[in-house]
Amino acid sequence: MTNRPQTVGSSPIRKEGRDKVLGRAQYIDDITLPGMWFGATVRSSIPRGRITSISFDPAIPWHEYTIVSAADIPGENTIVHLTKDHPCLAVTHVNHCQEPILLLAHPNRAVLPAAVAAVHITYEELPAIFTIEDSEKKEQIIWGEGENANTFKTYLMQKDQKPIPDEVWQTADYIVEGEYRTGAQEQLYIENNGVIAEYDPEKGVTVRGSMQCPFYLVHALELVFNLPAEKCRVIQTETGGAFGGKEDFPSVIGSHAALLAMKSAHPVKLCYDRAEDMAATTKRHPSRTRHRTAVSKDGKLLAGEIDFAIDGGAYATLSPVVLSRGTIHAPGPYHWPHLTVRAKAMATNIPPHGAFRGFGAPQSIFALERHMDKIAKVVGLTPEELRRRNFLGTGYRTATGQLLKDPVDMQHLLTRALEESNYHAKRKQFDAENPISTIKRGIGFATFFHGAGFTGSGERRLNSLVEIELTAEGRPRILVSSTEFGQGTNTILCQIAADALNLPYEEVLIAQPDTTLVPNSGPTVASRTAMVVGKLVERAAESLLASLAPFLPPLLNRARSRAAQYTRTQFCHAALKYLAQHGSLKTEARYQSPGDIFWDDNTYSGEAYPAYAWAVYVAEVVVDTTTYSAQVTNFYALQEVGKVLHPILAAGQIEGGVAQGIGYALYEKCLWRNGHLANNQMTNYIMPTSADLPSIHVSFEEVPSPHGAYGAKGIGELPMDGPAPAILNAIEHATGLAFNEIPLLPEDIFERMTRIPTSSTEDLDPIIDRDTQVETSEVSA
Amino acid sequence: MQADRGKFEMTRVALTVNDEKRIVETPPMKRLLDVLREDLHLTGAKEGCGEGECGACAVLMNGDLVNSCLVPILQTQGAEIITIEGIAIDKKLHPIQQCFLEQGGAQCGICTPGMILATYHLLENIPQPTLLQIQEGLNGNLCRCTGYMRIFNSVLAAAAKATPQSETQ
Amino acid sequence: MRSNVTEYELTAPRSLDAVLQILADSPDRYTPIAGGTELMVALGAGRLQPKKLISLWNLKELRFIEVTPDAVIIGAATTFTDIRKHPIVTAEFSILAQAASWTGSIANQNRGTLGGNIVNASPAADSPPVLLAYDAAVTLVSTRGIRTIPYRDFHISYKRTDLAQDELLHSITLSRNMHGYTTYVRKVGTRNAQAISKVAVAIVASSNHGVIESIRIGAASLRETPARLVATEQSLLKQKITPATIAKARAAILSETIPIDDIRSTAKYRSVVAANLIEEFLQTL
Repeated sequence: MTNRPQTVGSSPIRKEGRDKVLGRAQYIDDITLPGMWFGATVRSSIPRGRITSISFDPAIPWHEYTIVSAADIPGENTIVHLTKDHPCLAVTHVNHCQEPILLLAHPNRAVLPAAVAAVHITYEELPAIFTIEDSEKKEQIIWGEGENANTFKTYLMQKDQKPIPDEVWQTADYIVEGEYRTGAQEQLYIENNGVIAEYDPEKGVTVRGSMQCPFYLVHALELVFNLPAEKCRVIQTETGGAFGGKEDFPSVIGSHAALLAMKSAHPVKLCYDRAEDMAATTKRHPSRTRHRTAVSKDGKLLAGEIDFAIDGGAYATLSPVVLSRGTIHAPGPYHWPHLTVRAKAMATNIPPHGAFRGFGAPQSIFALERHMDKIAKVVGLTPEELRRRNFLGTGYRTATGQLLKDPVDMQHLLTRALEESNYHAKRKQFDAENPISTIKRGIGFATFFHGAGFTGSGERRLNSLVEIELTAEGRPRILVSSTEFGQGTNTILCQIAADALNLPYEEVLIAQPDTTLVPNSGPTVASRTAMVVGKLVERAAESLLASLAPFLPPLLNRARSRAAQYTRTQFCHAALKYLAQHGSLKTEARYQSPGDIFWDDNTYSGEAYPAYAWAVYVAEVVVDTTTYSAQVTNFYALQEVGKVLHPILAAGQIEGGVAQGIGYALYEKCLWRNGHLANNQMTNYIMPTSADLPSIHVSFEEVPSPHGAYGAKGIGELPMDGPAPAILNAIEHATGLAFNEIPLLPEDIFERMTRIPTSSTEDLDPIIDRDTQVETSEVSA
Repeated sequence: MQADRGKFEMTRVALTVNDEKRIVETPPMKRLLDVLREDLHLTGAKEGCGEGECGACAVLMNGDLVNSCLVPILQTQGAEIITIEGIAIDKKLHPIQQCFLEQGGAQCGICTPGMILATYHLLENIPQPTLLQIQEGLNGNLCRCTGYMRIFNSVLAAAAKATPQSETQ
Repeated sequence: MRSNVTEYELTAPRSLDAVLQILADSPDRYTPIAGGTELMVALGAGRLQPKKLISLWNLKELRFIEVTPDAVIIGAATTFTDIRKHPIVTAEFSILAQAASWTGSIANQNRGTLGGNIVNASPAADSPPVLLAYDAAVTLVSTRGIRTIPYRDFHISYKRTDLAQDELLHSITLSRNMHGYTTYVRKVGTRNAQAISKVAVAIVASSNHGVIESIRIGAASLRETPARLVATEQSLLKQKITPATIAKARAAILSETIPIDDIRSTAKYRSVVAANLIEEFLQTL
């Protein structure tokens, strides 16, 4: 007997992969239940108004249909996320286009679209607002009142909880200002949102479907149906992509389908088609970030004021927590002697924005990393040198006052990334070639971090629980509510358990998330699964091993140690012996907050995240001055994410995130027309195809973290943060034009290139103190 | 099926699906995708967009890759259809499936059936494709998870497996 | 899926004659459907207006590429894949093969037909600019007989063509006299693949010692129909390529194009990029 090689760090076959490549994996729309009907949603056609009448076209045989309105809701008419402002079905007023008003069900799917169209709703229209600026004016109050009018949430985050002293601004060599904007982005999972619901007067509600967070839906159903949690059963089916788009929204569609099931007394399938999914479900929050930065002439950041605003859409949903992550990531991986971040989430009459990979961070990081290049230009340093002079490092404190105890080496990461991408040589080469070519090439980068796990005290509140049980065959089975939607949850958790139990990876099973069978291990969001849930799996496995110790060969068991040596057969025998004596074995592990983690929601200070991933992304672009189109031609993604559990899955996560980031920067634009998404089709919403993406070179710096299983940190959201600013930095290098808004389409580049003489570079337009200007010119003279 | 009875006549369509002769009674404009999924209970082909844009519903029709959401069933009269369910050989994974599995070409898996059929079609036409040819061959199959890199690796690996050299070994 | 398919009728006659007879006899108009890459999209979106359709898919009389000493004749129901694979087309009419290669994805090229692309009459369609630049002819057929007209006269106004209600597009004829001509085609879409064009330009020209002897320019998305840019052609004929000529040509382009702002692009962008593309071609002469 030898030590079994660890499966952590290797790339075993994805657990559910075989079913996927065979086309056997059962997604929600592949499932049919006996007697099943189909559901459809009647939605608002206007962005804001009062419902004055609802009538039903007599041409439709309505007696065949089940019709659900808010009056049919047995519990509260609300979809609960953080507050209860979001109705399950609109009653008197609508606050966004596509707001659900009525639900229909019928045994024949084909007749539903005509029936939906035959419900005629009239409105008294009210003035609607669609932008952060409109919302700020407060001429129309569409949400809240008084201080909270149109404002879902505000944060004030100050370094050391102190305002920036006036003298810092007065004595700074430079003050650099900038405004940066990001647009809405559709998650565009290839499988639309969908569920099947059943209702039984005795047993309660059962909803199965495509989702990230089964217990979120349980919670939503409890309120809508006024039922205890044990009568709200939720089962996650194979999920065809999510990216945050199936974090909060299943609470809506799941509640709707369950209401139809209750009233029709049939199982009801409610699966959106693409047009409905795109028009009615959540997108990434649009944002506006304003920076005002005091800098010394040697390029030290002295103080920063950051105003960060996001458009939350018509209801609060997850906006407060999206705003929170965006706020905490706004200062980036830099040392700020003084910093104030003012953040707010505003209401508009757009369908509510929700979770999308990165969750606020891509927005504020885009602003900061564009702003850093601007500062560099003003100060006269290279983008590289400016960042080097301001990086956080081991032993520094972040803007929230968190001491970075674990090793952080951004200097090295930057050196390595620039070497691997051959940055300096390319920059020189492009500088030489661009003046004589209609094709302008550029290279740029972004340096950033992403916190893993729930923000602040979130993990403590979640109080996650993980279980491992023995099957009748003596195999370990992991019980978690963490879901697989492509990112590899099933696989990495089985790897972790396999190593902790000293078993082959193939031997470990993982249960389908069914809330009557699995404990609440928290939502599958926030880059928390590998680190937080993984650690709990490791601990539950150790506990299982301890229970089995008496049944394992003596001398060899050395339970709770990874050096334990026994064969798979010996483990199985021990397990069966245990089961024969005790009937069953299930061990658990509950989240324990590390003792030194402290967070204060009032002052927005403390340990914001247990661990951070650190990264440097380098983008190469070409801008064709004939067509004004920019394309990414090469991409380098270097990150430190702790121990890499599964190299193939990890690289796949990075590549996929970078691809979404490229889409975010250059292709994907939500076109709103009076609050309607006008391009709610894949033909018109442009995501990158295989012909649009560059080679994406992924590399990892592995610094095992003490927080996660086997040293893992979070990885899923990180790659969404860096691409957009790296690309726009590269475009500025290529063209001399500073673009500060994404998505950046050829039409935008065209507008700028045809506005100014092509040969000149753009005015920097920094705000420079007159005194300082005199001083610097004297110095340089 | 009562559900399908409408104003116009049903049509009888005889086609071969995964080497099996099938006859369906259906409205003639019903999409091949819906006939596969609803009438023949072959749910491997997925509806991602319903407009021929994403390729999740791709199948082979007389050897050609088509988007089954854009094929009215009447046009498959006498045709040979191969779906993802018909790709495996004697219950063993087809080498393309094996490579997608090993190389991380499938993440959430919803685009995978269409992606594998597009790869099958590509390698039938170009057994040793260049990266550019792979990008073109798969550009009608959208994947939101992978950024396509692992899919390209999967195709290259499958092409390498099928080289004459390895066949003779 | 927003349509109820039970409300639609589809018939698939075995021969072209049978199709034409139905079109001639039927009091209510049938809409022909070939590869379905346009009409089936409308069906899925719930906006397919015609309820009676007649299938042209796989009609042998319409799916062919015939090569004579003087011409290449392409049947209307020939797919883009057929076109891309044809050795004479790729050798002698390379920009047609190129346009075929970016008409949707491989799966859509396997179903989409040249005739469908023309008859659908979208101003943004991919093959019309090339066919205009080649000065193709189109042959129309009905029970009343056959007629052949220059393709440049086929599109009448937005989405309206010269086809009579009982007529079908039968074939497209390209003259094999391209020797000595320079060709150019470029499509600017929303992305590299599977994109509807924002603007596209195809050019067939000949020059002698730097003087343009003949030039035909076909364009997409610059007018309400696919269009020949006749004024621009006139401005260039018998001219040497100088900055002044280019400036004149650019002015001519602006004068004869009426692009629009839409979901994909802006009018301003379209006309300037069209001018840039034509200039790009002229610089290579």
